[in-house]
Amino acid sequence: MNFEPKIVAFLCNWCSYAGADLAGVSRFKYPPNVVPIKVMCSGRVDAEFIIDAFRKGADGVLIGGCHPGDCHYVEGNYKARRRVEMMKRLLEEMGINPKRLRIEWISATEGKKFASVVEEFVEEIRRLGPVKK
Amino acid sequence: MKIAMYWGASCGGCDVSLLSLHEKILDLLKEVEIVFWPCAMDFKYEDVEKMEDGSIDICFYNGAIRTEENEKIAKLLRKKSKKMIAYGSCAIEGCVIGLANLYKREEILKEVYSKDVPSEELPEFLPYLKTLEDVVKVDASIPGCPPPSSILEDALNSLLQGKSFGKNVALCDECPRKDSKPDKIEINRIYRWHEKKDSGECFLAQGIICMGPATRAGCKAECITANMPCTGCVGALPKVKESGISMISAIASIIGNKNEEEVINSIKDYVGTFYKYSTAKLLPEGRLKDES
Repeated sequence: MNFEPKIVAFLCNWCSYAGADLAGVSRFKYPPNVVPIKVMCSGRVDAEFIIDAFRKGADGVLIGGCHPGDCHYVEGNYKARRRVEMMKRLLEEMGINPKRLRIEWISATEGKKFASVVEEFVEEIRRLGPVKK
Repeated sequence: MKIAMYWGASCGGCDVSLLSLHEKILDLLKEVEIVFWPCAMDFKYEDVEKMEDGSIDICFYNGAIRTEENEKIAKLLRKKSKKMIAYGSCAIEGCVIGLANLYKREEILKEVYSKDVPSEELPEFLPYLKTLEDVVKVDASIPGCPPPSSILEDALNSLLQGKSFGKNVALCDECPRKDSKPDKIEINRIYRWHEKKDSGECFLAQGIICMGPATRAGCKAECITANMPCTGCVGALPKVKESGISMISAIASIIGNKNEEEVINSIKDYVGTFYKYSTAKLLPEGRLKDES
């Protein structure tokens, strides 16, 4: 059977979720492997959410936030960026490929970017296969 | 009241920690009868097997489950005891020896024995380290590495009266350096504790990682009183799943924007820093093999 990646995407309410919405409204095509979860800010994504997603069977986790300087809450996206960097190092030590965790800045106007990021990420995870135990 | 104490894979510190009750241990001994304690007195496993099921009132199990023997005795004691207590960090979440879960069994045996592993009559070394609750039902746990006298006293008194115990606040609440914590902490460089002259302020404000905010109170901040940052042996607060992951989130929030990459890179050992006492919970089936 072909491997279909499962990807959890935490998208911020103000930019990335609106970006994903725009991708849909504009009818851009992207793979259906992403499960979007709306959060108020990428800074709301606790490190626990990331590890929980992997434990419950996600093959990749995508976090979408506003561009640096554009955060609705001033510095939530910087916190998310640092959290992701720290989590990548923890995942590596745990034996999980850190490429499975990705953070992207997607604004409300960048529907195209959302579609292309998802496409790229799904392809990459497809290449990596499921998390090897 | 009959009590038993057993050591699984442990250093022996938990057995000794009972003595940190000092003269109060005499009051305890008036109330209890020790029926099994291999570290302190001569008992044989047959003695336990001959006991009636449920005849031990409280069994304190310290140490993790690393060999077949540990697992067998844990199951035997569970059968013979009314209450099974995970005593100390090893039994609860794997503790420092749980860090062995970062390596495969074969790697560990090769490192220790270099040649052939002696096979005569030795209990089997399990593929990975387990905690007590992975093997048997646990009724309560007394945390700490080893349990500090303040937690122990509270726990023993409560257990003898059949009450629950433990505080529901973080260690910062009872920290002697609490007042020196600034309203907003910003870390622009992380120091290991020996790299910086201690100013006597909150360790996090000095850039030294202290697990206090993610660790349950109760030990009266013994380490910090001795000018050492908390490493988190008491474990997470009751409503938090893992203290390590909450501490990573917290540290990420207080790193300054200036040289964040450098700061993040300067933490060399994430599992060892944040999961020093709970690697067995983080990696219950050993390290994953998802490289490349």
